[in-house]
Amino acid sequence: MEQLNGLVVENLSKTFYSSEGYFTAVEDVSFTLNDGEFLVILGPGRSGKTVLLNMIVGIEEKTGGRILYNGKEKTGIHPDFGMVFQSLSLMPFKTVMENVELPLKLRGVSKKERRKTAQHYIELVGLNGFEKSYPHELSGGMKQRVGIARAYTANPKVLIMDEPFGQLDAQTRYAMQNEILRIWEAERRTVIFVTNNIEEACYLGDRIILLSDCPAKVKAVYPIDLPRPRNMVAQEFLRIRTTISDNTDLAI
Amino acid sequence: MSLNEKDLKKGLAEFKENKRKETLKYVFLSFIGIAIFLIVWKLIVDFKLLNVRNLPAPDSVLSTLITKVSSKNPDGNTLGANILASLQVSMSGFLLAVVIGIPLGLFMGWFTPIDKFVSPVFELLRPVPPIAWIPVVVVFVGIDLKAKATIIFLSVFVPCVINSYAGIKLTKRTLINVAKTFGAGNFETFIKVGIPSAMPMVFTGVRNALGGAWSTLVAAEMLAAKAGLGYMLQVGRNVGRADVVVAGMATIGVLGALMALILNLIEKRILKWKLDS
Repeated sequence: MEQLNGLVVENLSKTFYSSEGYFTAVEDVSFTLNDGEFLVILGPGRSGKTVLLNMIVGIEEKTGGRILYNGKEKTGIHPDFGMVFQSLSLMPFKTVMENVELPLKLRGVSKKERRKTAQHYIELVGLNGFEKSYPHELSGGMKQRVGIARAYTANPKVLIMDEPFGQLDAQTRYAMQNEILRIWEAERRTVIFVTNNIEEACYLGDRIILLSDCPAKVKAVYPIDLPRPRNMVAQEFLRIRTTISDNTDLAI
Repeated sequence: MSLNEKDLKKGLAEFKENKRKETLKYVFLSFIGIAIFLIVWKLIVDFKLLNVRNLPAPDSVLSTLITKVSSKNPDGNTLGANILASLQVSMSGFLLAVVIGIPLGLFMGWFTPIDKFVSPVFELLRPVPPIAWIPVVVVFVGIDLKAKATIIFLSVFVPCVINSYAGIKLTKRTLINVAKTFGAGNFETFIKVGIPSAMPMVFTGVRNALGGAWSTLVAAEMLAAKAGLGYMLQVGRNVGRADVVVAGMATIGVLGALMALILNLIEKRILKWKLDS
C-alpha cells in the first residue's frame, strides 16, 4: 500500500565513520506519519533520537533507507518541516522578536509582514511584553517558548520537537506539556515529538514509537487511545505506562 | 499587609539614592588611588627614598607638560603636534589592521579551504615580534609615516586575526543547525550566525591589539621620526631631560586609557545582548 500524502520513513539508517572505526546510531527505522497526528518517539538517553530527527529534517545525511514526503523522495531541507531544538538554540545576540521572526527573515519576507506573524506566535506562547528581551534575560521555560514560537513562525506542516523540555524543572515541564497540547489543538499541525520521558510520551502522544538503545531501532509501537486531557494517575494511563516502561532499555 | 504604590516609589527613590552614593564612593576610591600613587612618587623624589637619579617629581612633570603645550623644546614640536603625529601613525596602522585582520580571521575560521591556504604563512609570520620587522620595513617601505604605520599594523594584525578566528570557531553547532533548518545557506549562516557569535572574542582581540599598538609606538618612532610621542621620549633621553621623558610616558598612558575607554563604550553598545542587567 503506497501512501502518497504525508511522511513515510523507510529503513532509515545512519552510520558514522571516523579514523577510529564506525558507529551506527540509527538502524533500519521505518514508520509512517499520519496527517495531523501527534507522534511521540520515545527512546533512552543518547539513543540516536536526535540523529534520526536531524535526518528527517535534512541537516544530517542518511547512510541508508529513504524518506518520502508526499510521494516524493525528500533530500535536504524542506520548508514544510520545522524544528524545535533541545536547548540553547536561541540566537543570544537577537531579541525575542528577532529570534521568532528569523525563519521569515531568511525567506526574505518583508519586515512588516514577518513582525505581524511573529507577534501572533509570541502571543500564542504567552510571551507578550518580552519582545525586546534578550535570551539571557529569560527563564528556561520562556526560552523554550521562544523556540516553539520560532518554529511555528516558519509555518511548517510537520513540526519536529527534539526533547524540548529536557532542561526544564518538573513544574515548568508539566505546564509546558499542557501548553504544547493547547497550541497543537489551536494550530493543528502534524507533530513529531521526541522524548526520553515515558510519562511525557503517554501524556502527549496519539501514538508512541519506542526505540531501542543505541543503535536506535523501532522496538514497539503503541497507539494511545485515551481522551485528552489525560490523567497521569488514572488506572488506564498507568497500565500503558508500565507496559512501555517494562519494554524500555535502560540507558546508563 | 499589602504593598502600596507610595511605599514602592519611596523604595525606588531610596534604591537610586544608595546606588548613586555607591557610585560616588567608588569614583572617590579611584581618585584616592591615583592621589596616593602621585604622593608616593613625590615623596620618593623629595626624600630620595630610592636610589634613583634624575627622577622628576610629578609636579615638575605637570609643569613640563604645560610648557610643552606651547614650547617646541627640546624636540622641535609642541606636545599637540607630537600627539597628533603619534595618533596619525598608530591609528592608521591600527585601523588598517582591524579592517583587514578581522575579516581574514573570520573567513579563515569559517571556510576550511581559506584556513588551510592562509594558515601556514600566517603561522610562520606570527611568532616574529613586531619590532623585529623594523629593518625589513626600513628597506622595503622606507622611514616615513607609512613605514611606522606598517610596524603598528603588524602588531595589531596578529591578535585581530587570531581572536576572530577562535571566536567564529566557537559558534554553537545548534545555532548553525537552526539557521540551516530555516533554509539559510552556508554564506548566510556565516553572516547571520557566525559573525555575531564571534563578536565577543573579536572585541577581546581588538582590546589587546590596542594595547599592543600603543606599546609598539615608541619602537616605531625610533625610525628617524621628526615628531611623535616616542620621538619626544628619544630626544628627552638624549639631552638628559628626564621630565620630558616622563611627560611623554604620562601622555601615552593617558591617551591609551582614553582609547580603551572609547572602545569599551563601543563594545557595550554592540554587545548589549551579552551584558547582564
